[in-house]
Amino acid sequence: METVTITMKNLPALYLEADNISPDAFAGKTAAQIGDLHVYEGNETWTLGKYFEVSGNAGATAADTKIIVKGDIKKVKYLGFKMSAGELVVEGSTDQYAGGWMTGGKMLVKGNVDAFAGTAMKGGELTIEGNAGNYLGAAYRGDWRGMKGGKILVKGNAGADIGMYMLGGEMVINGNVDVHVCTHAEGGKVIIKGNAKTKIGGQMVGGDIFVFGTIDVMMPGFKPAGELELEVDGIKAKFAHYIGDTGERHKKKKGQIVYGNLYKKI
Amino acid sequence: MSEYIIKNGNVFDPVQGIKGDKADVAIKDGKIVDKVGSGAKVIDAKGKTVMAGAVEIHAHIAGPKINMGRIYRPEDKLFTCTPTKGIERMGGGASIPTTFKTGYEYAKMGYTTAMEAAMPPLFSRHVHEEIRDTPIIDEGAYPVFGNNWFVLEYLKNQEIENTAAYCAWLLRVTKGYAIKLVNPGGTEAWAWGLNCLSVNDPVPYFDITPAEIIKGLIEANEYLGLPHSMHIHPNNLGNPGCYETTLDTLKLAEGYKAKNKFGREQVMHLTHSQFHSYGGTNWGDFESKAKEITDYVNKNKNITIDTGNVTLDETTTMTADGPFEHHLTGLNNLKWANIDVEVETGSGVVPYIYSPSISVCAIQWAIGLEIALMMKDPMRCYITTDHPNAGPFTRYPRVIKWLMSAKAREAQINAFKHKDKVLSQSSIGTLDREISLYELAQMTRAGPAKSLGLSGMCGGLKPGMDADVAVYNFNPDKPVANPEEIEKAFSRCAHVFKSGVEVITNGEIVSNGNKRTLWVNAKVKDNPQVMRDINEKFLKYYSMTQANYEALGHHFVPNPYALEVDATQV
Repeated sequence: METVTITMKNLPALYLEADNISPDAFAGKTAAQIGDLHVYEGNETWTLGKYFEVSGNAGATAADTKIIVKGDIKKVKYLGFKMSAGELVVEGSTDQYAGGWMTGGKMLVKGNVDAFAGTAMKGGELTIEGNAGNYLGAAYRGDWRGMKGGKILVKGNAGADIGMYMLGGEMVINGNVDVHVCTHAEGGKVIIKGNAKTKIGGQMVGGDIFVFGTIDVMMPGFKPAGELELEVDGIKAKFAHYIGDTGERHKKKKGQIVYGNLYKKI
Repeated sequence: MSEYIIKNGNVFDPVQGIKGDKADVAIKDGKIVDKVGSGAKVIDAKGKTVMAGAVEIHAHIAGPKINMGRIYRPEDKLFTCTPTKGIERMGGGASIPTTFKTGYEYAKMGYTTAMEAAMPPLFSRHVHEEIRDTPIIDEGAYPVFGNNWFVLEYLKNQEIENTAAYCAWLLRVTKGYAIKLVNPGGTEAWAWGLNCLSVNDPVPYFDITPAEIIKGLIEANEYLGLPHSMHIHPNNLGNPGCYETTLDTLKLAEGYKAKNKFGREQVMHLTHSQFHSYGGTNWGDFESKAKEITDYVNKNKNITIDTGNVTLDETTTMTADGPFEHHLTGLNNLKWANIDVEVETGSGVVPYIYSPSISVCAIQWAIGLEIALMMKDPMRCYITTDHPNAGPFTRYPRVIKWLMSAKAREAQINAFKHKDKVLSQSSIGTLDREISLYELAQMTRAGPAKSLGLSGMCGGLKPGMDADVAVYNFNPDKPVANPEEIEKAFSRCAHVFKSGVEVITNGEIVSNGNKRTLWVNAKVKDNPQVMRDINEKFLKYYSMTQANYEALGHHFVPNPYALEVDATQV
């Protein structure tokens, strides 16, 4: 595997939309060619080389390419956008849409990410060592197709509206989450090892939510369904089981009532 | 203005009957002329196809419901934005593009005139502001009349003269182009939670039937002698078995003859006929009735149609047919917007995915193509996608590919998941007709221009007509090895002239042209009763005053082109 290291040298004045920083876009290119890839600052198009120092050549394919992103990248969006293979290591905190629409490969962020990380992701692994913002693994604004596959691990806390319109895949949050978890979800699995606030599972019609800590207020649409002994993410425990959201009238599967499950550790 | 001469192209012009002969097209002062001076700029069109600028007869491209779609579908702009490039401003959107992108995309495909198919009169100012912001193409807008309280009340008493006077007034204040009907009576019934699914279902409260509304507006249209005919989206759109309602609607035109000075011959234009040609009793036995519809239209010369081809894309449906959109959101469970327009009409918006792996969508695709292939007279059948309802207008090149190449159709049929169902429920597999370039020019240029009453102005290359010319990178003398070449050639023009101004060179925007708004100024005898009724309705029912209603020229219609109609002597 070949490694390309890009280091921020000139900070953008506005936010940088760098949808070309991914093993797929870098594959088969030399350091000079990578420097010529375009990025957007506001409504202007510039090259990657204007902002980043590029060293090392990429491998022949995305799977053969590892990218290390260094420097102050707080204003960079779309890191790992649509990546399908290879590795991406981000040594710091980054802005929105980290790992958005990714379909494969491994992405590691050593700092925090802003909103919409792992948006509509279909596969691969996204690990965030710091905190995640709002709309983690959610659908794009207005869209009804959220995260469909792959795995997200957040070692810190996550914001609000995570897993909105989630269709599949798995999300593990080691810390706490804000309001609105898995709104409109139709599948997938979310494990929250810390605490959750309110409006959890609103309008969900499928999928599983596990909460190890506390839930401030339960949604009225969830009805209790007994207690279960389960093994979740390697931890064996007793959970209180709730089914909901029974208030949701849109049933995707006709003639069959399918609701999501909410498990609260007791 | 500069002079141009387009040399040695293969010209297709139904107006003059030119079928691919090598000829020169000369342009001077915005018009096609016989010859130009030696200083004229030469455009070499050797090995290329030259046609008049295309005319769009039915698309939803400006106004409040398009904007509603833009607002509530931000995901439509995802990955479809184009940054500023030269004089081209940034744009975005796939099924509901921004106004700028709409103008650019039409021009790049060789379209120079387009009609907004449903203008709510109350929001005519908004429609005209969007039309003003759409560059290059000439545009007009059809106000909707089929659920208007004035029309319903006058026609209940069969007052054709008053209906005509009201129509003339509304066309003038809204700067409208034609009389449009959407689900006549049905949208008004929707305000009561009901619908009109046949031409004989009474409209609640008004106690009038869709059949009476349709016949009355045909009569009013011919009383005024408007350039375009009554333009109808009939009742019962999109339901299995709806072709019977469509046939009942078409039969209402029997016995009427066109009266106008614009060369128009039809009295009814049936729009997006694909959505109205469904047989069967449910989505399981859903089948094509394209043959029944085209057989009838082939026999009756006073009707023109457009196709409404399904393009198999993710799109946004939007129509003034409010009850239908409610029905649709129940089918696909996606988000729904519903808008009521006081006194006049309503509308709804729902996203829709025409998936090739769903049999109904594949059969819809087949029906749209069947209609175009079964119509004997290409001058009476026009290519549309009812943008954005059956697919975005940017897919016209793909529809052209399917119509011009049986091989391309076969490849698509083989790609369907339910291929057998498509072949058993439609006759697309048995049709081997391929549309010629001359027929294409009839279906996209001369035909719609004639139907719109614009045959003296656009849709042809006869000296004296507006110099709207499109040059395609398509050599008609060479056999087409791969149907994709057709799609590619019709996607981006080599050159486009709009009223004598070169707007496209090698697929890129080089000028924003001299865009005009087309509208119809119909004069009628003084009619104090109608004026009093208008006054009274504004005081009683409208939430705005008459003074705030009119789309005034200087701001909303900065570059108007009015078609004058005089009905004072009728």
